[in-house]
Amino acid sequence: MKHTLAVLVDNKYGVLARVAGLFSRRGFNIDSLAVGITEDPTISRMTIVVRGDDHVLEQVTKQLNKLIDVIRVTDLGSDESVERELALIKVNADANNRAEIIQIVDIFRARIIDVASKSVTVEVTGDSNKIKAIQSLLKPFGIKEMARTGKVALTRGSKSS
Amino acid sequence: MTGKPERMTGARAFVECLYRENVEVIFGYPGGVLLPIYDELYDAHLHHLLVRHEQAAVHAAEGYARATGKVGVCLATSGPGATNLVTGIANAYMDSIPMVAFTGQVPSSMIGNDAFQEANITGITMPITKHNYLVQDANDLPRIIKEAFHIASTGRPGPVLIDMPKDITTTEIDFVYPDKVELRGYKPTYKGNAQQIKRAAAAIAKSKSPVIYAGGGVIGADASKELVAFAEKIKAPVTSTLTGIGGFPNDNDLYLGMLGMHGTKYANYAVQESDLLIAVGARFDDRVTGKLQSFAPNAKIIHIDIDPAEISKNITVDIPIVGDAKDILKSLLTYVTECDTKEWLAKIAIWKRDFPLFYVNRDDAIKPQYIIEQINEACPDAIIVTEVGQHQMWAAQYFKYKEPRTFITSGGLGTMGYGFPAAIGAKLGRPDKVVFDVSGDGSFQMNSQEMATIVQNDIPIIIALFNNGYLGMVRQWQALFFEHRYSHTTIENSVDFVKLAEAYGALGIRVNKPSEVRPAIEKAIEANRPVIIDFIVEREENVSPMVPAGAAINEILDLERTQ
Repeated sequence: MKHTLAVLVDNKYGVLARVAGLFSRRGFNIDSLAVGITEDPTISRMTIVVRGDDHVLEQVTKQLNKLIDVIRVTDLGSDESVERELALIKVNADANNRAEIIQIVDIFRARIIDVASKSVTVEVTGDSNKIKAIQSLLKPFGIKEMARTGKVALTRGSKSS
Repeated sequence: MTGKPERMTGARAFVECLYRENVEVIFGYPGGVLLPIYDELYDAHLHHLLVRHEQAAVHAAEGYARATGKVGVCLATSGPGATNLVTGIANAYMDSIPMVAFTGQVPSSMIGNDAFQEANITGITMPITKHNYLVQDANDLPRIIKEAFHIASTGRPGPVLIDMPKDITTTEIDFVYPDKVELRGYKPTYKGNAQQIKRAAAAIAKSKSPVIYAGGGVIGADASKELVAFAEKIKAPVTSTLTGIGGFPNDNDLYLGMLGMHGTKYANYAVQESDLLIAVGARFDDRVTGKLQSFAPNAKIIHIDIDPAEISKNITVDIPIVGDAKDILKSLLTYVTECDTKEWLAKIAIWKRDFPLFYVNRDDAIKPQYIIEQINEACPDAIIVTEVGQHQMWAAQYFKYKEPRTFITSGGLGTMGYGFPAAIGAKLGRPDKVVFDVSGDGSFQMNSQEMATIVQNDIPIIIALFNNGYLGMVRQWQALFFEHRYSHTTIENSVDFVKLAEAYGALGIRVNKPSEVRPAIEKAIEANRPVIIDFIVEREENVSPMVPAGAAINEILDLERTQ
């Protein structure tokens, strides 16, 4: 089972290493990790997708809370949060199939951000399923390269995580 | 403070900060990048003990912390000095002992360049410290030191490391020592949840066969008095973990001794048949539980601990109470009444009678257990520090500890070579006490160079060396589980320990016969100077009883002498 954790940390030297080290040391698996500063420049937000049962999740949360630089850990259930990922996909494209690719891109409300004679690069944002879907539709054309961010997430409504 | 803050170097500020934290003793070893700090220490009003190996500095700081309850402090130079602290830091982390370890570091501008004596000690110690710091701005040093002492000594105690690049120590700053610590990510819970305390009291009221399982947290929280009052009020027997020994007086009728792999049979039987297990400041370590699935199978479990991450880590807990053990036991006391444990205590009394700790004493060979009993009789108020191995278990089983902080041992990490330097720290912290390092000939040789330290500084420690010419605990396992194939565990005739003592200027006494044991101990106490007593003990004595690895703790065996 996958869980998305919002982890607010002090924006300090070594904090990413502390969090990553904790996961490897205690044998927890990270599916994805995204880090960036927040509205408060002294605080960073880590969005961590972790795989495991309730016991694992409880241990992850408690162990994270033990780190001095960790300010707060929130488990973002999928119903109560908005989640996005971004992917850049460089796909083979020539005069014959470019139109077809543009059509797929439009349907997914993605964007083409670079065009070359033999390829286009697509930017797509959405939840994991949407990215998976466009990836599989573009696959037949030949995906040359792909870069994908970790998931970022916030709670819905005015409540903060 | 009045007027302008005083202008001083980082090195001077370091010493000022130690004054503010009321540090009396530090254990250290100098080196290149520490020169500015050592120059300040030259006329500081601090007792700096120069050891002979940095590993001894960190163990001594821990021994000091365990004996006094204060934060232990050690200091080592960059690179190898810092890496030599690693074992001791890991040891303090495993046993939750408050410590601040300072390391020198190459100048900030050279970090990351593989400079001479550079090691990334904050990276190396990240998983074995409660927190660590690399000081990046000299102005931060006082705040960081203040935070480090706070973090080390509050909540679940533990080691904190501060890495100080050389330029930090030479930069001038305006010295201001903060009054308060503000850490938004660190707010330990001390007060137990009132609802949970009431639930626990209700469970206790219903229990017919409760057992209190007390760990090192009882000593860390200074909760021994409360534990005694609590146990006596509800009439529940108490068993200690290795690090919990001393937290409950051995001469109390409710005491069951240690539980687990080399615990007493009656402690293990009682835990297994209990209907309620009250864990206080203990963490269900594998040496305690044996086979987890069969541990205390019929018991409801109450777990009192300062660290929420310990709750249900190894075993599912029915009633967790997170907070300070002293505080929680105090408030539990107001809710609980005497349990109806007459039958239960009668059953335990029969176990105690039928399955006592025992060994077969002999006139022609010195039994290690006999030595511990003789030390106990000669000096019941001593502080017993141990190394790791068979002698450690005998010291845990046969000495009658009456007070907390009188048994100092490496529990979680099991560090050979720990005891002697830890004894040095204990003696400096408690000069009024007679301090024994109960040792094996294997462990002692891991840090025997510290003989120079105790002789030079005239620190009277008695090393009671259980000399069997083996790495005894490993030999015991080889005897039991590897058909007596003593692979690389024979170390006989490696050194003449009496001559070794004399070479350093200490007193060496050899004891070959049981009749010489007591006089030697008395002579050593009388001498009041560094002493090694080389007890030539029964070579293949086994630690008994024993729960084989992976078995349930009531599957506990008596072990005769191997042969």
